[in-house]
Order: sequence, then structure tokens, then C-alpha cells
Amino acid sequence: MNVAIIKYNAGNIYSVDYALKRLGIDPIITADKEILQKADKVIFPGQGEATKTMQYLKAHRLDELITGLKQPVLGICIGMQLMCKHSEEGNVDCLGIFDAPVLKFHAEKQEDKIPHIGWNTITNLKSGLYENLSKEEFVYFIHSYYVPLNEYTIAETNYIQNFSASLHKNNFYATQFHPEKSGAVGEQILRNFLKL
Amino acid sequence: MLAKRIIPCLDVKDGATVKGINFVNFRDAGDPVELGKLYSEQGADELVYLDITASHEGRKTFLDLVRRVAANISIPFTVGGGINELKDVDALLNAGADKVSINSAAIRRPELIEEIAKNFGSQVCVVAIDANFMSSEADTPAQWLCYLNGGRIPTAKNLFSWAKEAENRGAGEILFTSMKHDGVKTGYANETLRTLSLSLGIPIIASGGAGAKEHFRDVFIEGKADAALAASVFHFGEIGIKELKQYLKEEGVIVRVI
Repeated sequence: MNVAIIKYNAGNIYSVDYALKRLGIDPIITADKEILQKADKVIFPGQGEATKTMQYLKAHRLDELITGLKQPVLGICIGMQLMCKHSEEGNVDCLGIFDAPVLKFHAEKQEDKIPHIGWNTITNLKSGLYENLSKEEFVYFIHSYYVPLNEYTIAETNYIQNFSASLHKNNFYATQFHPEKSGAVGEQILRNFLKL
Repeated sequence: MLAKRIIPCLDVKDGATVKGINFVNFRDAGDPVELGKLYSEQGADELVYLDITASHEGRKTFLDLVRRVAANISIPFTVGGGINELKDVDALLNAGADKVSINSAAIRRPELIEEIAKNFGSQVCVVAIDANFMSSEADTPAQWLCYLNGGRIPTAKNLFSWAKEAENRGAGEILFTSMKHDGVKTGYANETLRTLSLSLGIPIIASGGAGAKEHFRDVFIEGKADAALAASVFHFGEIGIKELKQYLKEEGVIVRVI
């Protein structure tokens, strides 16, 4: 199977590469449009800042490439946020695949620490991405911005309020958490994605 | 619900794991990758690898180790030790580390925190603080003062004001080690941790003092810590991570039990 990881100016791209290798897949990390278009699966991972990463995607015309992909695509963390319509981080317009905003967490009580860092549960799991998992699983999050619940939500997490831990529309899938850093549960989610 | 995190810390010198008892004596505790993998399988939530090698060759060995950890372990890990500038951070993140922990370099040049936050995001920037409760000069009341170089050089910086400054400059987490409690195994600095946690809006990782399961319960409930770090109790098998998590769950602490 040909799996391509989109190479751009975000951090933590190599963690996904390592995670796939542990599953016996040797992905290609590339910004080459033809390779990305022909891949069986595309992963759009990373950690980073919305304005800088959007600027980079536009400058390299990866924005139109990503929105035009037809095979299963998985956005992770900043990848998921960039697939939404607009981000409060730097007040920037994003790819608009999911018609949903990206908002900044605001603490409601003293215990609400931001960033939201650590293992939290995902519930209300829908779609093939969450096959062979329990009703409630712990996965690893690290972020300061979130996507509210919306019509594309396929997994929810509670931190300060309920928000979208995962989204799905047509061939586009996304997770706010890091499956590549979520132990055995994360491995199962990546395996499920590869089977889509 | 967000779980409280249990974080084993592995001190690494020339590719092997060591643990400082009160920062001075060391006892060997095995291969860093194998040990990290074992902890991950037992339910550790994150790992911290601290490079205590000084030599240039040692730093290269550590980068190779970071790559091996990233390739073999499927939970997040933080690396620290000897990080002085942005290019050190870049190299470690590129090798596969999820977060970096900076300590002395941040006290010497606090702008480093802003540089890391701006270039890689606050979430990768852990500011580690070693502090002890003492007087800076004779006849002055004791207070929590920060130390440089693994607890060897005292400074006049107050723990609480430095932690707040680090937060304002863009730190994503504070890792506070109480030198007074470290290696003594009588529990964490809960009162101080609580004050720190209530004064900051970012997560706190508690370090120094773990000797029994009850100490972990207390640091989460009384100390209001978001994560608890420990080394020797795990390395020498005094507390198993699995049984610790089970115990914490029974005590009403939210933890990830696998």
C-alpha cells in the first residue's frame, strides 16, 4: 500500500512515519503533488501554528492539492485544524473542508490548564476509523485550540466543554489527538484508517 | 475526563540510564530504550529522557538515542539536558522528541522560551525549575530559590516569580523539582506545588520525593499537580506503574489504566 505523508513546515511529522513503520508500512514523506495524488492514503500530520503553516501551504500550492484529494486523507492535530474553515490562532482562513471554526480554549475554573495536555477519553465514536475499540478510550492530546461539536463530529472529548476529537466528511478524516502517540489504541485507529 | 499523568524520568549518560540520588551519586538502571518501552507497556503516560552527558560525542549519542526512542515507543516523550539554543531544540524535535525541557539556559537567557514558543509552539516548551527552600543571604527569611546546572549553582530568582515569567514568555508546562525533597522519598513538595498550581494557568509536572504510592495520590489531590514524575522508585521496581495506576483509580484519581 502506498501511504504518503504531506511534508510541510509543521513539527512531529516523523512520529507518524515511525508509527506506520511499526505497523509494517513504509510511507513516503513528500510535498510532490503527483506522488500525493497517486497515493492510496494520505496523512496530513503535525504540530504547529495555524498562520505560518497556512502561509506555507498556500505558497507551495498544497492548499488546492489537499482539498482536491480523492483518496482517504487523515489530518492530525494542526492538520485537522487546518482542514477547518477558519482558525482563531492568528485569525486565519484555512482549507474549509469542514465548515467549522477553530477556537481558543478559555479556562472557566482554576483547574482548567491550557494547553490541554495528556490522555483524555474519546466517546460517541462513529465511522470505520473507530472499529474494534471500546465505547470509551484514552488517547493523547496536546493543543490550545479546539473545534466545537458540529455535523462532521465522529468522536467527542470533554475538556472545559465537549469538543470535536475527530471529524469526517466524504474521504476526509481528522483527529485532534495524536494516534501516533496514543499507544495500542492509537495503533488500532491508524490500522483502521489504512483499511478505509 | 483528562487523566493525571505518571511520568518515569530516565537520566542518560553515554547511552545508559542512570539516576542521581540527590543529584550526586548514580546507580545504573538499564538500557534507556528497553526501559522506556517497558514503562510504556506498563501504562506510563509519558517519558522524560534527560541527557547528563557533557561531551560533544555524548550529545551525538543522545540524538541517536532520541531517534531510537521515537522509532520504538508509541507514547510521547520529552527530552532535556544541555539545550542552549534554538538549533538544539530543532535537532531534538527532528529526531522525534515531542517536547523539550529547558532549565539553566532559560534562566540565563529567558528569551529562549519565547523563541521556542514562536518557532515550534508553546506545547513543546517545558520549563524545568530546580528550587530549594533557603535564604539567599544570612539574616533574610528563607524562600524558594531557583538553581542552575542540575542544582549546583544557586541564583537569587524566586520560584514563583520565575515560573510566572516562564508562563508569560510562552512555556507550555512547568516541571518543578524540589531539591529539598528529591531523593529523600518522603513525598512531594505538596504545599509549594499547590501554590504554584493555583498561580499558573499551564500544567505543572511535580518532581522530587516519590517513595510510596500514597505520595502520588497526595501530589495529585493536595499538590494539585497535573503530572507526577519519578525515577528510582520505578527503575528499581519499588513501585510498579500498573499497580500504582490501579491504586490511584481506587483512590478516586482519574488515571488511564491499561
